[in-house]
Amino acid sequence: MEPKEYRQRVKRLEKPRPIVRNAFWAFVVGGTICLIGQLVQSGLMAIGYNQETVKAPTSIIMVFLGAVGTAFGFYDRIAKLGGMGANLPITGFSNAVVAPAMEFKQEGPIMGTGARIFQVAGPVIAYGLLAAFAVGIVRYAIMGFKP
Amino acid sequence: MSYLLAFLIGGALCLVAQIVMDLTRATPAVILAGSVMLGAIAAGFGIYEPFARIAGAGATVPLPGFGFSLVSGLIKELPKEGWVALFSGAFKATGAGIKAALIFGLLASFVTRARA
Repeated sequence: MEPKEYRQRVKRLEKPRPIVRNAFWAFVVGGTICLIGQLVQSGLMAIGYNQETVKAPTSIIMVFLGAVGTAFGFYDRIAKLGGMGANLPITGFSNAVVAPAMEFKQEGPIMGTGARIFQVAGPVIAYGLLAAFAVGIVRYAIMGFKP
Repeated sequence: MSYLLAFLIGGALCLVAQIVMDLTRATPAVILAGSVMLGAIAAGFGIYEPFARIAGAGATVPLPGFGFSLVSGLIKELPKEGWVALFSGAFKATGAGIKAALIFGLLASFVTRARA
C-alpha cells in the first residue's frame, strides 16, 4: 500500500474527536489545577514568602501533588478526562516524569527508570532551553554583548 | 478574585492546547514542547510578565509559564554574568521544579512494585 493511501485509510477509520467536549473538560480540569496552584501560592505568601521567593516552593509543592497523584494512580484517570487540562499544568509535567519512572522499573534502575524518566520531560526541557537560549542571545545583542 | 482569574486563564490555556492537539492530531509531547517554546518567546517579547501579574498561577502553573521562567531566570543573570548566563541562567528559576520531579519520580519507582 502506498504511504499516502495508507494515511487516507487511517484517516477514514479514525473516530472523529469530540472537540467541544474535550475542550470543555480541558478547561475545567486545567482551571481547577491552576486554582489549586493559586491556593498553594497564596498560602505560602501568607506565611512570609514574597512574590519572588514564592515561585520555587510553589512549583515543588505542585510537582509533589502531581507525583503523589501519579503514584496512587488517580492522575491517569484525571488525564483521561481532562487531556491537556491535566497534561499542560506543571502537575502534568510531574506525571510525565513519574509515570515512566514507575512503569519502566522492570527494565532496571539505570536503563529502565533512569533513561525513561526523561521520555517526555527531555524534549520539553531541551526545546525549552533552546528557545530560551535564542531569546537570551537577542537580549544579549541588545545589551551590546556586554558584560 | 485572583482565584477566579487563575481558574479562567489557566483553564483557557489548557483549552487552547487541547483544541490545537485535536485539530492537528499532534502527540502530547509535541504540544508540551511547543507550548514551553511559545512561553519562552512571549517572555522574550516582555508579554508574559504582565500577563502573569494578572493571571497569577493561571499563567505560571501551565507549561508556557515554565518557558517564561527559563527566560526570566536567564535575563536576570545576563547583566551579572554576561554570555555565561546564556548557558547557566535558565536553570536558576526552573531547577527546583525539574529536580523535584526527578527526585519524586525516582522515589516513586523505588517504593512501588514493578508492573509486569
